[in-house]
Amino acid sequence: MKSPVVSHLKRLEAESIHIMREVAAEFANPVMLYSIGKDSSVMLHLAMKAFYPAKPPFPLLHVDTTWKFREMIQFRDETAKRLGLKLLVHINEDGIARGINPFDSGSALHTQVMKTESLKQALDKYGFDAAFGGARRDEEKSRAKERIFSFRTATHAWDPKNQRPELWRVYNTRINKGESIRVFPLSNWTELDIWQYILAEKIPIVPLYFAKRRPVVERDGTLVMRDDERMKLLPGERLEDRLVRFRTLGCYPLTGAIESDADTLEGIVTEMFTARTSERQGRLIDSDEKSSMEKKKKEGYF
Amino acid sequence: MARAEQRTETSGLTAFLAAQEKKSLLRFLTCGSVDDGKSTLIGRLLYDSKLLFEDHLSALEKDSRKFGTTGDDIDFALLVDGLEAEREQGITIDVAYRFFATEKRKFIVADTPGHEQYTRNMATGASNSDLAVILVDARKGVLTQTRRHAYIASLLGIRHVVLAVNKIDLVGYSQETFDAIVQDFASFSQRLGFSSVEPIPISARFGDNVIAASERTSWYKGPSLLGYLETVDVDTDLVGKPFRFPVQWVNRPNLDFRGFSGTVAGGRITKGGAIAVAKSGRKSAVKRIVTMDGDLEEAVAGMAVTLVLSDEVDISRGDILTAPEDRPDVSEQFAAHLLWMAEDELLPGRQYLMKLGTATVPVQITALKHKIDVNSLDQHAAKTLHLNEVGYANFATSHPIAFDAYHDNRDTGGFILIDRFTNTTVGAGMIDFSLRRATNVHWQALDVGKQSRAGQKGQRPVVLWFTGLSGSGKSTVANLVERALFAEGRHTYLLDGDNVRHGLNRDLGFTDVDRVENIRRVGEAAKLFVDAGLIVLVSFISPFRSERRMARELMGEGEFIEVYVDTPLEVCMERDPKGLYRKAKSGEIKNFTGIDSPYEPPELAELRIDTTTAQPTDLAAQIVRHLRDKGYIG
Ligand SMILES: Nc1nc2c(ncn2[C@@H]2O[C@H](COP(=O)(O)OP(=O)(O)O)[C@@H](O)[C@H]2O)c(=O)[nH]1
Repeated sequence: MKSPVVSHLKRLEAESIHIMREVAAEFANPVMLYSIGKDSSVMLHLAMKAFYPAKPPFPLLHVDTTWKFREMIQFRDETAKRLGLKLLVHINEDGIARGINPFDSGSALHTQVMKTESLKQALDKYGFDAAFGGARRDEEKSRAKERIFSFRTATHAWDPKNQRPELWRVYNTRINKGESIRVFPLSNWTELDIWQYILAEKIPIVPLYFAKRRPVVERDGTLVMRDDERMKLLPGERLEDRLVRFRTLGCYPLTGAIESDADTLEGIVTEMFTARTSERQGRLIDSDEKSSMEKKKKEGYF
Repeated sequence: MARAEQRTETSGLTAFLAAQEKKSLLRFLTCGSVDDGKSTLIGRLLYDSKLLFEDHLSALEKDSRKFGTTGDDIDFALLVDGLEAEREQGITIDVAYRFFATEKRKFIVADTPGHEQYTRNMATGASNSDLAVILVDARKGVLTQTRRHAYIASLLGIRHVVLAVNKIDLVGYSQETFDAIVQDFASFSQRLGFSSVEPIPISARFGDNVIAASERTSWYKGPSLLGYLETVDVDTDLVGKPFRFPVQWVNRPNLDFRGFSGTVAGGRITKGGAIAVAKSGRKSAVKRIVTMDGDLEEAVAGMAVTLVLSDEVDISRGDILTAPEDRPDVSEQFAAHLLWMAEDELLPGRQYLMKLGTATVPVQITALKHKIDVNSLDQHAAKTLHLNEVGYANFATSHPIAFDAYHDNRDTGGFILIDRFTNTTVGAGMIDFSLRRATNVHWQALDVGKQSRAGQKGQRPVVLWFTGLSGSGKSTVANLVERALFAEGRHTYLLDGDNVRHGLNRDLGFTDVDRVENIRRVGEAAKLFVDAGLIVLVSFISPFRSERRMARELMGEGEFIEVYVDTPLEVCMERDPKGLYRKAKSGEIKNFTGIDSPYEPPELAELRIDTTTAQPTDLAAQIVRHLRDKGYIG
């Protein structure tokens, strides 16, 4: 008897569901880090599937830097409400008090304080022992080696030399007090898989992914959308309405838009398989330095 | 090839998606010795299947000039090397996963290292792969590591191998050299039981026979590497095997629904189909196969579903639902191959944890039969295993588990070993067969066992583990419970700080290490009393979840009841029966739980009692009632 061909996407879906159920069964206090982007949307959809008809037995956590696109925040709140899930939002108040922001503090410090530190604060505050993240191995070279269950010390540090071998579908979930595991159920998905799945499953995503005329400024060769008054124009800069969309979403001042007329999912997927630049290029934080992601990870960034 | 430019010309999205749906997935791993050209090869596959984006390419060109080993040419290896430290050393030291696709298939490549000491990573990559590409440097031929890698691939159940004879350009595209290497490999590998070995002469650097046939090896008539990978049939026919469904999670959103979630590990199940619970032998039928996309008529190997049964059967995580007529072995003893993956050597006789599918049980290696010389496949006597060594051993688990031979099913026959104290994964095991009682008995085969001792006393032995803050009322309630049990003729023993700290644990203080050791000893002592058939009451603050979990795991199933004496800190501080909180607050005592050392409340305690709303005697009665309800006492 020959096995029926199970499509690639169905295999990926089953693998992710399996991973999520392992976490729900073996950890006392898991959480899903929800960053509102397309990968989070897929991850959340898979969680709904994994525990159906029950709700996912963990809350969502959004680490809000206060610089996310307004449409993201709106989408976040609507999504949690629509699915009936508990949403925790954490803001690093200390960073706010210190006046950290992406313009004056620089992207590196802003990310460090408002994202990395903030995430650690939130994990400590609630005592989560496992946190789902939507990272994929195909995103970036150092991620290719990331485990699905990635062990973090009590100080949230990631040590590339001290990760556990992962065989079969058997994950070692044992940790001591204070230690935690980051779990990446989308590890084996590629960007194209994500889009195809969103299309096939009709998963709602933030409208910013679709092309629309938006007010943008060209800064250091990147198109930045001016989402609110906090962004001051520099001498010589001009705000123009251009037909753009976003391939990844983050803090608006740090996220580059691309010129595109893809205003449907079909359009996006078509654009994807003719794409010539990888998605991370739109993220300004990565372009500083080749191995910067490596450093951030050791410090506890996702 | 699936070049981007051509893809745009295909007839639009619908056709593209339809093609995607039909695409199958091949997971393979590459292995070889350092510098055999793995990274170059993978880089070229990614490059030639044009899954590189422009920014990756420009980074690659920049890096080639800076770190490259190929002069002015593009160094494909730089595409796939990752961690900073490795880049500087120019070696790959871990498993990295790469993704690419052609029009026929999607591929996930496990890129595994050539370094001898990193065999464990190769085993990791192999455990999820269907095929191995073993690289050999044409100038060097089959090396020790080549043999090791071929052996590990076969040990991990890989049935299909490509022998990629690389750097064929450096031996003048010589057929003789190629044939000699193929010969050499065959004489070794025929004992490894591969179902296919496909030798291909390639040059990763210049592309010969990687994507397309090369004119420079006109004597070679076989497929190119990619051509082969796109078409090779590695179907292991998991669907044709007996039904296996390791239960991951019990889905109980409300009283009306009780489902068992998991991934089908073998075979198929249809709605209405009969199942048996492997361990208990209880039978039932599948009433519904539930998914969020609607109920299914059938689920096959690889699918993640939720099963609802037609009867109320006692099933929990770790159980395997199986075909009633073709069940896995159920035993507490088996023989298995073991690959040791830790720096610390194996300690036979020490208790490890074994995770097999969704079940975790304590296990001991009762006899290390031999270790295997991976170069000659010879067997040698051994007392222990070191990192990257492979042995064959008998194992005994603390209670029976269900399993298949690894050869029959990777999911129900492959397990990891976990060190109980460091929590690291120390070994990977592949079960060979079950050891029946007659062949081996390893636990002290005493004539009088736990059952008979307990039976004589007319009770089921159990540990009542009282945890809570100092002053919460643990000892008061535990004492009352013991008195009540004693009064009705039960056999009990109470372990608390007083009778343990002053004797058995006199040498221990309050450092973290000592706290863990303290609980370990209390746990072991409780276990012996349980073995003696007693109802054991343990009254310790035991503030850490991990310690309590450790104690819980020492006992058999149903032999541990965690009683959370949930008295708020303020109340305890107010009671302060021994004046300890006062001292702690003034700094006289350090590391005092609740003051400057945390208390982690239990999440899954079987019983929670509240001493602020009920009298201790009522609470004790409540616990005795629980013991009666659960059948510990008649
Ligand atoms: N001439 C030649 N050189 C090769 C070939 N494949 C790899 N190399 C070179 O061999 C060296 C080691 O290759 P690399 O891919 O880093 O090996 P790895 O350690 O197995 O990943 C590099 O300098 C490559 O350019 C080949 O087919 N022909």
